[in-house]
Amino acid sequence: MTPQEALFKYTLRLGDNALIQGHRLSEWCSKGPILEEDLALTNIALDNIGLAQAFLKYAADIEGKGKTEDDLAYKRPERQFYNHQITELPIGDFAVTIAKQLLISAFEVPLFSALSHSTDETIAGIAAKGVKESRYHFVHSRDWCYRLGEGTELSHSKLQQAIHDLWAYTGELFEMAEEDTILLVAGIAVDLEELRPLWKETVATVLTEATIQIPEDGTMHTGSRNGVHTEHLGHILAEMQYLQRAYPDATW
Amino acid sequence: MSIDTQLDLWEVFIQQKAGGNHTHAGSVHASDKQMALQNARDIYTRRKEGTSIWVIPSQYITASTTEDADMLFDPSDDKLYRHPTFYVMPEGAKQI
Repeated sequence: MTPQEALFKYTLRLGDNALIQGHRLSEWCSKGPILEEDLALTNIALDNIGLAQAFLKYAADIEGKGKTEDDLAYKRPERQFYNHQITELPIGDFAVTIAKQLLISAFEVPLFSALSHSTDETIAGIAAKGVKESRYHFVHSRDWCYRLGEGTELSHSKLQQAIHDLWAYTGELFEMAEEDTILLVAGIAVDLEELRPLWKETVATVLTEATIQIPEDGTMHTGSRNGVHTEHLGHILAEMQYLQRAYPDATW
Repeated sequence: MSIDTQLDLWEVFIQQKAGGNHTHAGSVHASDKQMALQNARDIYTRRKEGTSIWVIPSQYITASTTEDADMLFDPSDDKLYRHPTFYVMPEGAKQI
């Protein structure tokens, strides 16, 4: 893997995480529990899609084949997507969505914070924007964890179940692949192993406050660094890419 | 009117630029003050409208009634001298 290939794959990964998480959250549009929360979730979706656009545009530049961010989003097959599997899991009920957002935001805040000091100026610039957004996403999902965790017996059990079910997808966040190692030396990427204890502490603090039990680290799902996904990504792409597949280069 | 089942009602005041007034923007539903602030942020500052937000439970607003409008507001109708139109704007001042 050349440094350029590593940078391409790394940037794609950042873009794909934002794109798929944003797409999942957009499914809440018009279905939120109340109008205010509907807007809150779709605002977070839009933050993600904006971030995806910036990262994928940069990825297209790095690849140097004259593609656009839309080509990368709408014309890549499933096995060339590198988003974490947790992002593609169904939104489930509100507790699942909030639990997912908490686990992801608690990772993104220190990730983007570290990446804002990347020696790659474009990545640093996008990350500096991302960290402000992620902080808000974190606060939003954290406060909902408190409310659900300490709410009713039902809301507590739903959040507990969601955290339990999602936990096995959190190991992947910290996997160092070949591109990470190559770019870490150049000061472009972040050492994900260093983020793990920070993430664990943040998540544990919130869950303890929310009276939710922290699951044991068991077997973790893995594969996204190699483009291996759960059954759910294919369905997302079928919907997301339909128009460009059926009517290539359609404009309106 | 149907009964509002969507949490408590809060009034939202937005300051458009630092040092300016907080003006009423609308209302949001929320179960606590953090949620009210976040909902206000998500609904009323999406297009860079604000630099600061106040939220207050609607139940704490005391409003005058329309029946009292005559008593409260009509007496000022004939007191034009209370308008600052007789002052000369100092040079360079944006507002007095």
